[in-house]
Amino acid sequence: MKKPSVIGLLASREAFYYLLLALLLAVVFPLVFDAFRLNLVGKYLTYAFVAIGLVLCWGYGGILSLGQGVFFGLGGYCMAMFLKLESSSPEATSNQSTPGIPDFMDWNQVTELPWFWQPFHSFSFTVIAVLAVPAILAFVIGVAMFKRRVGGVYFAIITQAIAAIVTILIIGQQGFTGGANGITDLRTLMGWDIRSNEAKLVLYYLCVALLFVCLLFARRILGSKLGRILVAMRDKEDRVRFSGYDVASFKVFVFCIAAMFAGIGGALFTLQVGFMSPSFVGIVPSIEMVIFCAVGGRLSLLGAVYGALLVNAAKTSFSESFPELWLYAMGALFIGVVLAFPNGLAGLYRRYLMPWERHLRRRPAQRSGVEGEQVVKEETA
Amino acid sequence: MSPVNDDFILAVEGLTVSFDGFKAVNDLSFYLDPQEIRVIIGPNGAGKTTVLDLICGKTRATNGSIRFRGRELTRMKEHQIVRAGVGRKFQNPSIYEDLTVFENLEISYPSGRSVMGALSFRRDARVRDAVEEVAHTIFLADQLEQRAELLSHGQKQWLEIGMLLIQKPDLLMLDEPVAGMSVSERKKTAELLRVITRNHSVLVIEHDMQFVEDIADRVTVMHQGKVLSEGSLERVKSDPRVIEVYLGH
Repeated sequence: MKKPSVIGLLASREAFYYLLLALLLAVVFPLVFDAFRLNLVGKYLTYAFVAIGLVLCWGYGGILSLGQGVFFGLGGYCMAMFLKLESSSPEATSNQSTPGIPDFMDWNQVTELPWFWQPFHSFSFTVIAVLAVPAILAFVIGVAMFKRRVGGVYFAIITQAIAAIVTILIIGQQGFTGGANGITDLRTLMGWDIRSNEAKLVLYYLCVALLFVCLLFARRILGSKLGRILVAMRDKEDRVRFSGYDVASFKVFVFCIAAMFAGIGGALFTLQVGFMSPSFVGIVPSIEMVIFCAVGGRLSLLGAVYGALLVNAAKTSFSESFPELWLYAMGALFIGVVLAFPNGLAGLYRRYLMPWERHLRRRPAQRSGVEGEQVVKEETA
Repeated sequence: MSPVNDDFILAVEGLTVSFDGFKAVNDLSFYLDPQEIRVIIGPNGAGKTTVLDLICGKTRATNGSIRFRGRELTRMKEHQIVRAGVGRKFQNPSIYEDLTVFENLEISYPSGRSVMGALSFRRDARVRDAVEEVAHTIFLADQLEQRAELLSHGQKQWLEIGMLLIQKPDLLMLDEPVAGMSVSERKKTAELLRVITRNHSVLVIEHDMQFVEDIADRVTVMHQGKVLSEGSLERVKSDPRVIEVYLGH
């Protein structure tokens, strides 16, 4: 039989790419970058969670959500609420008119901790909420839309509207949410100072580890029959119904998974950056998340990670030097991706570098040369 | 549930669908015996495809009932109708172009149809055997790893028939299965259909009279959403009304 050896080769090749990414994130970056830059990379990686979810939901399932910022934000806010409560102990807030509640509530004449803040005293509740709150919202939206067969552009517009609504809600309810400033001044996680450089390094590694958990989980989904059903649905949704599948439940499932990934990303963002605000929830950040995924290649899980890293790195360096130009650059990038390389970096890599690499892989001693090539190509692309 | 209806595998009664007042199917009734091969013929716009759409749940009936083995289909969802044992082949080949022939058949295999079922679905020997057997029947045994997009038109039609077969439906509905095929493909398809229709109840829409003659037990002629005539092909052919609206042209 010829087949097993082919599969074996594919598996080892894939494992090699995962290993390469692991090496880059867990060894190369911590060695090369100082604490500040590494923290930035960690922040970029939190967007990779969203991008991976979009690969599942948009790339494979054909469901374009322009509201992933909402789920990112919900995960982030859940974590921020826990951290805020911890830093708002009665002793620490004794100069407030109501000690023991977050400072912004005090400024807004709120005199009692609202009911939905109460459970966030518990860390285990918070961890569950980071996953469950985005998933529940995605479930409700998904059932409402997909059971009624709302899809395509209409779904995209509705998710975008939801992103706008949630932002307005957060900003409007200043006394409960911290308003436009968000939830700031977060210091400790169960007594552990998250602002120190050591803590940031630990959180960075936590972020990398969870990213790989999500990557492998997503890979497991795509490798199962469910992955092929997603492709079939994107292709001919009606036909899938007549193959005996309830299309809506598959869409709801993949949308919930994408929302949970985004929620994890959001929680890690809050931990590493130290605050959460509505500016990461609304329409613009949600569209940026789609761009990360598109640039990386919407059919590639690993591509999505590189896409999130590169676009964010570009954003940082661009907005440092030409802040007003960034939005234009982003727009141009999106148009470029759609028109010139619809499968993103992963597509370019497969097309131009794979033949090269195959050649080099025959001589394993030169593997490191391949890595260099890939990084160079991705940075220029 | 009247006991009389349950003698039929499919009982369509008083079926009506109206699109903005236009009745594409108007008070239609017909009955299908188990193992029967029924061909629906009729001029363009007679509502033939709409009848299949109504049975498989793609279109919702305005009035009337469709009973399949005693179960009312008009209120069921598409996937529930499929699971009840009704399989449908569309007029234009409707397959998953981005997947391989194997994967197309595997998706149609009736197991692991829930979300969790699909996640834990394993490509075991049972599945592989079923896929290979069907692939052999539809002349695609050598193309299992081929992307469906790259098949010829006739091969795509066969693949869709295969996707239907692997579902193991009790009622097969085929919408113009030989349309757009070359002469040799047509012959092979007729042969294929003769084999697979042997132990199923079949509802076929077809224009090719030679083909109809070959396979039909009985023929229903539709005109303007209604049954114009019904019976053996011989009887229908000699019906003056049928000659006037359909065969005469």
